[in-house]
Amino acid sequence: MGVEGIGARVARKEDKRFLTGKGRYTDDMSVPGMKYAVFVRSPHAHAKILKVDASAAKDMPGVIDVLDGKQILADGIGNLICGWMIHSKDGSPMKMGAWRPLAHETVRYVGDAVAIVVADSVAEARDAAEAVVVDYQELPVVIDASKALEAGQPQLHPEAPNNLIFDWQIGDESETDKAIATAAHVTEVTIHNNRLSPNPMEPRAALGIYDAGDDHYTCYTTSQNPHVARLVMSAFYNVAPENKLRVIAPDVGGGFGSKIYIYPEEIVCLWASKRTGVPVKWTSDRTEAFLTDAHGRDHVSTVKMAFDANNRIIGLKVDTIANLGAYMSLFSSAVPTYLYATLLSGQYDIPAIHANVRTVYTNTAPVDAYRGAGRPEATYLLERTMETAARELGVSPAELRRVNFIRSFPHQTPVIMNYDAGDYEASLNAAMQAADWNGFAARKAEADRRGMKRGIGMSCYIEACGIAPSAAVGSLGAGVGLWESAEVRVNAVGTIEVLTGSHSHGQGHETTFAQLVADRFGVPIDSVNIVHGDTDKVQMGMGTYGSRSGAVGMSAVVKALDKVEAKAKKIAAHLMEADESDIVIENGELKVAGTDKAVPWFQMALAAYTAHNLPAGMEPGLKEGAFYDPANFTFPAGCYICEVEVDPDTGRTKIVQFVAADDFGNIINPMIVEGQVHGGIAQGIGQALLEGVHYDPSGQLLTASYMDYAMPRADDLPSFQVSTSNTPCPNNPLGIKGCGEAGAIGSPPALINAITDAIGNNALTMPATPQKVWAAAHAAK
Amino acid sequence: MYETQYHRASSVQDAVSRMEAAGEGKYVSGGMTLIPTMKQRLAAPSDLIDLRHIAEMQGITVSGRSVRIGAATTHYDVASAAALKAVCPAICSLASHIGDPHVRHMGTIGGSIANNDPAADYPAAMLALGATIVTNKREIAADDFFTGLFETALEDSEIVTAISFEAPAKAAYQKFANPASRYAMTGVFVARRDNGDVRVAVTGAGANGVFRHGDMEAALVANWSPDALSNVSVDASELLSDIHADAAYRANLVKVMAKRAVAAA
Ligand SMILES: Cc1cc2nc3c(=O)[nH]c(=O)nc-3n(C[C@H](O)[C@H](O)[C@H](O)COP(=O)(O)OP(=O)(O)OC[C@H]3O[C@@H](n4cnc5c(N)ncnc54)[C@H](O)[C@@H]3O)c2cc1C
Repeated sequence: MGVEGIGARVARKEDKRFLTGKGRYTDDMSVPGMKYAVFVRSPHAHAKILKVDASAAKDMPGVIDVLDGKQILADGIGNLICGWMIHSKDGSPMKMGAWRPLAHETVRYVGDAVAIVVADSVAEARDAAEAVVVDYQELPVVIDASKALEAGQPQLHPEAPNNLIFDWQIGDESETDKAIATAAHVTEVTIHNNRLSPNPMEPRAALGIYDAGDDHYTCYTTSQNPHVARLVMSAFYNVAPENKLRVIAPDVGGGFGSKIYIYPEEIVCLWASKRTGVPVKWTSDRTEAFLTDAHGRDHVSTVKMAFDANNRIIGLKVDTIANLGAYMSLFSSAVPTYLYATLLSGQYDIPAIHANVRTVYTNTAPVDAYRGAGRPEATYLLERTMETAARELGVSPAELRRVNFIRSFPHQTPVIMNYDAGDYEASLNAAMQAADWNGFAARKAEADRRGMKRGIGMSCYIEACGIAPSAAVGSLGAGVGLWESAEVRVNAVGTIEVLTGSHSHGQGHETTFAQLVADRFGVPIDSVNIVHGDTDKVQMGMGTYGSRSGAVGMSAVVKALDKVEAKAKKIAAHLMEADESDIVIENGELKVAGTDKAVPWFQMALAAYTAHNLPAGMEPGLKEGAFYDPANFTFPAGCYICEVEVDPDTGRTKIVQFVAADDFGNIINPMIVEGQVHGGIAQGIGQALLEGVHYDPSGQLLTASYMDYAMPRADDLPSFQVSTSNTPCPNNPLGIKGCGEAGAIGSPPALINAITDAIGNNALTMPATPQKVWAAAHAAK
Repeated sequence: MYETQYHRASSVQDAVSRMEAAGEGKYVSGGMTLIPTMKQRLAAPSDLIDLRHIAEMQGITVSGRSVRIGAATTHYDVASAAALKAVCPAICSLASHIGDPHVRHMGTIGGSIANNDPAADYPAAMLALGATIVTNKREIAADDFFTGLFETALEDSEIVTAISFEAPAKAAYQKFANPASRYAMTGVFVARRDNGDVRVAVTGAGANGVFRHGDMEAALVANWSPDALSNVSVDASELLSDIHADAAYRANLVKVMAKRAVAAA
């Protein structure tokens, strides 16, 4: 592997710039004549806009202009859309209500944008925004998704009667019902998956630059997928044709999904730049982020899991209501359907599964993918149900899982997915050993003597990532393909640029992608640059989410490297008058195997560009591109074990150990993988213990700052014990499965199972705040 | 933030005259509460008069068991004052748990008690220690100083210059932090004097801010032990309910934290 090749713990190249404050984020960008934008936002969760009066605001100092929803409509800028078509079980298409970038008739959640103020400074823009007078006629509000479906509730969109977006199903209902009817035991639970705010460290921002000379737009923005942003803004929002729109996502400080989508602000900044003739920059403040970044999760499900007399699962029936908020965000429809219900088989061999999912409009912020996206919801539901069933059946949770594991691959589940490889028992055994599962009883007895309630819980998760085979997702309704692209450019002096359609916003691609090249050609990673995030530099690509950069993005790089390698060998063979098939590449040299003949890498590159002595008919230069479309999803899986102590007097939970045993397939950089797992577990613990978005009944966001929204901090977390036992993925050239989301997917149920074990009461919802745990512990007595 | 005029006052008198000359002035000490409020545009003082550089408001003096803490003393300085720790470690420990290091190096005891946030820590200490709040005009007993949520007995332009108290025989503070803000979701300060007097002050829980719990005090006068509190009831109807903790849970916390404080004292 070499010290910098595949499998090496190479320190992240990009960290120098991040840790020394030299990162360049959208808000760091300044261009001549740039002005600042502040949005006028609705203070009401639901209201008709009677009038927008900006006359006083326009006269305020420093104000360039104030633009509203009627103007953007008149200029032909289109509605924001959801890019994944889902059909209800009656065959009808999903009912998408109109989402205007600036509302001109109705506002549907607190924070809905109504107007943009452009001024010389942020302070002046803010002053003027306060002076914009909007006449609202307040309308009744509905926050809760189940309630929104009931008769007589406020209606958000005329397109969606009863606020129902779609009523979708997957699996075989009659087979599942039959299994439940004949079961020896049926476990029934109701599962709530709490709504989360994504909280990337860098808030969203956009800088729109219109160049009247060329009729060309440039958009700097906080995007996980700048090409998708350009495509959507061109094809659907009518901002500008693709050749007239450059989208740049420079350093991006975390996304967790929330920066996949195209939001109103970047569209409005581009449009406002043309209208005002000046570049327009907007940077979200933290309160705006809480109000308007797409939230995650927010499901309520009822579950029936049927067992035969041997504790084998024979059927699973799930009925889910998913809150999508006030508007359908870009991938909102896919999250509670194909990213969720297709994972309901978990690691288990379940012959019959049926899931019904209803998605609902409410007067809350839009909900879309957030780290894990659907798979955490499936895992939480399944793993809490398994734990509950084990307790009801009086068997150990490990044994119940063991008897139900899938053991032969490939395995076709009843809910679309075809698992390619895995060894679930290996992860389970590794986790139980690392956690000293067998010693738990003694630890519990010792804790009892100190007056503490100790509990242990596990979670065996599986996820589908490496998103995704284009034809497969196309057949399921996706509006785009989910392949990835790469171009490898060898410069004349042998240094290398890799242009990737993946986008790094914390994942460390500048290091790991370079490791692939170092591994292949034996060149130092310092001679390799990773270029991403700019539609003018990089060929079309699909961006980073769904743990796809390794499995899909790197596979495209591998394909391009194959082509570069083939041509490089041809050139070297020609230079050394050897046979191409005898050339091997080692330590930065192209050698004739079994001889001492060698051409240094840089010399071969130079030869490619001088073109003085190339094989007959060969084109000069050394630059190759590739597109890679995966053959299947990848299926990372693992077992997480959490052990807690609950203080029965206060309900405070202390995590005393957390073990993660993952199967990620082959690993490029173990240090970065561990970092991803640590971060994912921290986020999962955040969801399970601390985080939760709260709206009051009038739709005001109560958790609009860190005073009320509890993020995990270092002292909330134990030192994680992470390990991997890997089965290579058979479907991509590197055997990679992906690791970006696993921690957030696998950890919440392990933690909640541990707490409910400790307090002896299964009736507990996330976040398990001290108050809730205390109440549940006392109810159990 | 709206535009404001910054003044660095050189003496208490200088601060008062600048305040009286200002349109809508505000004193600023550590700014840990005031500046965020201004950034959110919830406060818009025309003038900010900085009290942190006034010599007479600095420093901690301990003579015998008498303690005087200048109002501009930071939480960090209170937490790490050896002379204070020798006579009243409870207040040092309380200060060491306020916010984070940044907050502790900027925030001041005067600012905290003048602000009287219902979830702040110092007000509980002031009540339980029977402290005197010294201002540029008068001396106010802590019992009379904290009058409601974010309300105090301070008059316009009145400055807290110091606080003073006699160190008790035993004292301790136990805080159950709000998981998000880490302010007190419930904090209880107990203090016992050589003559047997006991004070129990509760912050973070009261619907009207910091308060003393008479029944607990009586129970502890009779029997200074955690168990003495077991049969005392805490009336939830006077406590706060919010998304983090309802009144019944806070009532439980008041008792649990009080017991733990007695055990720790
Ligand atoms: C992140 C964070 C966490 C925090 N956590 C906690 C916590 O856990 N517990 C806790 O108790 N507090 C906490 N605080 C608040 C902190 O302790 C503040 O320092 C304190 O509340 C205010 O003190 P200050 O010196 O910063 O006052 P400032 O913010 O400067 O002023 C506050 C108010 O008091 C007035 N004022 C200031 N000084 C005087 C004076 N000498 N006389 C009269 N009026 C005056 C000001 O005009 C203003 O109205 C936290 C703050 C932050 C930002």
